[in-house]
Amino acid sequence: MQVVEKDIKAEVCDAPNSQENIEKGLALVKYIIIGILFGIIFVKAEIISWFRIQEMFRLQSFHMYGVIGSAIVTGIISIQIIKRFGIKTISGETVKIPNKEFRKGQIIGGFIFGLGWAITGACPGPLFAQIGSGFTVVFVTLLSAIAGTWVYGKFSDKLPN
Amino acid sequence: MNQFMDWITQPWPWYVAGPLIGLTVPTLLLVGNKTFGISSSLRHACAICVPAGIPFFTYNWKKEMWNLMFVLGVLIGGFLATQFISNPNEIVIAEQTKADLNAIGISSFSGLMPSDIFTWSNLFTAKGLLFFVIGGFMVGFGTRYAGGCTSGHAIMGISSLQWPSLVATIFFMLGGFLMTHLMMEPLMKLVGF
Repeated sequence: MQVVEKDIKAEVCDAPNSQENIEKGLALVKYIIIGILFGIIFVKAEIISWFRIQEMFRLQSFHMYGVIGSAIVTGIISIQIIKRFGIKTISGETVKIPNKEFRKGQIIGGFIFGLGWAITGACPGPLFAQIGSGFTVVFVTLLSAIAGTWVYGKFSDKLPN
Repeated sequence: MNQFMDWITQPWPWYVAGPLIGLTVPTLLLVGNKTFGISSSLRHACAICVPAGIPFFTYNWKKEMWNLMFVLGVLIGGFLATQFISNPNEIVIAEQTKADLNAIGISSFSGLMPSDIFTWSNLFTAKGLLFFVIGGFMVGFGTRYAGGCTSGHAIMGISSLQWPSLVATIFFMLGGFLMTHLMMEPLMKLVGF
């Protein structure tokens, strides 16, 4: 069994749903639960902390590098196991991982995000966990991030890519 | 029970948190053939609320509801961890970081976020403009332009051995280093620190 890597041309960006079975209502609850566990880890490992992000960019602690590095290693091993053994999803579908095509945006956009990451101390995931943790003013940051996403969408065909 | 609480309220070390975060990748794939990536939620929010006829926001977002459920969960998880198993002690960060941040105007080091910055009273000030509005805008604009964030590129993308994601991650880091080492200090001065 081989995992089919389908070339879905960035239809829905970086996190597409490749499942053919349509999920509605209660079927979506499992993603809330996975999200909750994820949010708890974010807080407990202090990944949502502006201080930790500063520490990382100042190269004064190994913590964040350890978190991201070991997450990647775990991800690589997991995907290799899924591929090697042709493991199917719980509804019996073949696992699909869309290809990411190289675009200039990964350089320019990536750089802009990096600047913002150091200012806000958050990538998109931690924004949500920060709000939940009681730093409610981060809701403004989230709205602004949504506005930034919208402006990109509006002008995406005029930007170098 | 007390021992358990003592243990779970401590900050979790990287070698516990990192692998658990990495396991999100196979969990989402096996539970529902979903590719891990959080910044997409921002795009779905646009597609639902203000698509404005823009092709980039005109797609079947109902199919991607799982992603919004996931980030709702992250928010709830943040609440639960803070309410029930939060660290009773002050956050421990490197002494040098403290000293460096102190030198550019950060005076409070209790809690996960500096109260010098992240309070509502800063909202309509130059500090709020920089840290919430401009910072947030760059996160949203940059991640979408890059086609992903730390989760979609650094974790999911590199995990599936895709070199464009490695390029994106390198530029995330370069942007962060430039901001932290060259731009942070003058910007902090500019907004009144």
